[in-house]
Amino acid sequence: MSELPFARDHGLVLCHICSKACQADSPTCPRCDSAVHARKPHSISRTWAFLVAALIFYIPANTLPVMYTQMFGSASENTILSGVIEFWKGGSWDIALLIFFASVVVPCLKFFALGLLLVTCQRRSRWAMRERSRLFRFIELIGYWSMLDVLVVALVAALVQFRSLSTVEPRLGILFFGVVVVLTMFAAMSFDPRLIWDAEVTDD
Amino acid sequence: MTIATDWIICEHCDTLYRAVPLQPGQASLCRRCGAVLWRQPRLGLQQQLALTITAALMFVFANSFPVITISFEGLANAATLGESVKALAQGQITPMAAVMGVTVILAPLLQILLLFWLLGHACGGRVAPGFKLCMRTLEHLRPWSMLEVCLLGILVAIIKLGSMLSVHPGIGLWALAMLAVLIILISGKSVQQLWALYEART
Repeated sequence: MSELPFARDHGLVLCHICSKACQADSPTCPRCDSAVHARKPHSISRTWAFLVAALIFYIPANTLPVMYTQMFGSASENTILSGVIEFWKGGSWDIALLIFFASVVVPCLKFFALGLLLVTCQRRSRWAMRERSRLFRFIELIGYWSMLDVLVVALVAALVQFRSLSTVEPRLGILFFGVVVVLTMFAAMSFDPRLIWDAEVTDD
Repeated sequence: MTIATDWIICEHCDTLYRAVPLQPGQASLCRRCGAVLWRQPRLGLQQQLALTITAALMFVFANSFPVITISFEGLANAATLGESVKALAQGQITPMAAVMGVTVILAPLLQILLLFWLLGHACGGRVAPGFKLCMRTLEHLRPWSMLEVCLLGILVAIIKLGSMLSVHPGIGLWALAMLAVLIILISGKSVQQLWALYEART
């Protein structure tokens, strides 16, 4: 596929904001005035930083309770996983699966996929470039659905407020979980998918 | 009409192409990495403006009426979106209220206002004051607008509570469902066609 020209070889740089092809020597886009870079600055180290921070916060997000429920006199605290198990045992396996996907599978997939992309880019691997490109677009697309659990907890806590009879309160775990989602979004945004293809340029 | 520049660069692999004119609804794909290079918008500027005004109305409804009402042994409780954000604003987890406030209320609101400003002026044949700033802000807002996730969250909350209490979806929920669809239609990359008009007029 080396017959397709790279913009960099023709002295052109893409403006990420307005999609204009800019001259490589200009620091800002002549059309929308935002900064242009041939590659996102410090992409690999920034993505690693966000990813490692997200991984660290993922531990308290899963071990600390996200919700305190006091209903009909009995009180309980749920973590994300125990909430999923409760749904499963209560017979709503579909909702259990939905929350499991949004809160466990999607973040873990993001950790794994971004880690894989970072390592392969650092090694200038030419393995499965098209597929890795597609993988990045996929995790960019699904990433923000992890926010689901935060919103569910907020809604339930806002609704179930019957003073002494029953209350639901959010707990610290949801803060860590929300931070994980935001950090993984920043990680995906700071990764530059063009790095995947740079291996092809330098090897030629 | 295509975007005004002759060159299109793939944002995922930096491949350089010469722009070809497309029919509305057609998309060009990158031959190297398979990403979408440019999708010609199906909707004209006036249609987008009309949808933006509809979205603004739906936004008002979605935020002023409760999305869910629950009742339990004669007691009833209703929650709007704003009250759900407030439920997070307690004690140590307050920052989460800010995140939710931005993703389900502030970001969609700003998107609607900016689109109305830009499209309204464009339909009148003018360039909106602060055009560049508005366009840049829209571009930065897009990943943080999460109404469709919020919609799914409400449905999950309904099922979660439905086993214990009686739950009624409110007017806010229907408005929010329509708003989520409208935001998806108007907040895509199609607004970038305004750059071409901007370049033609300056």
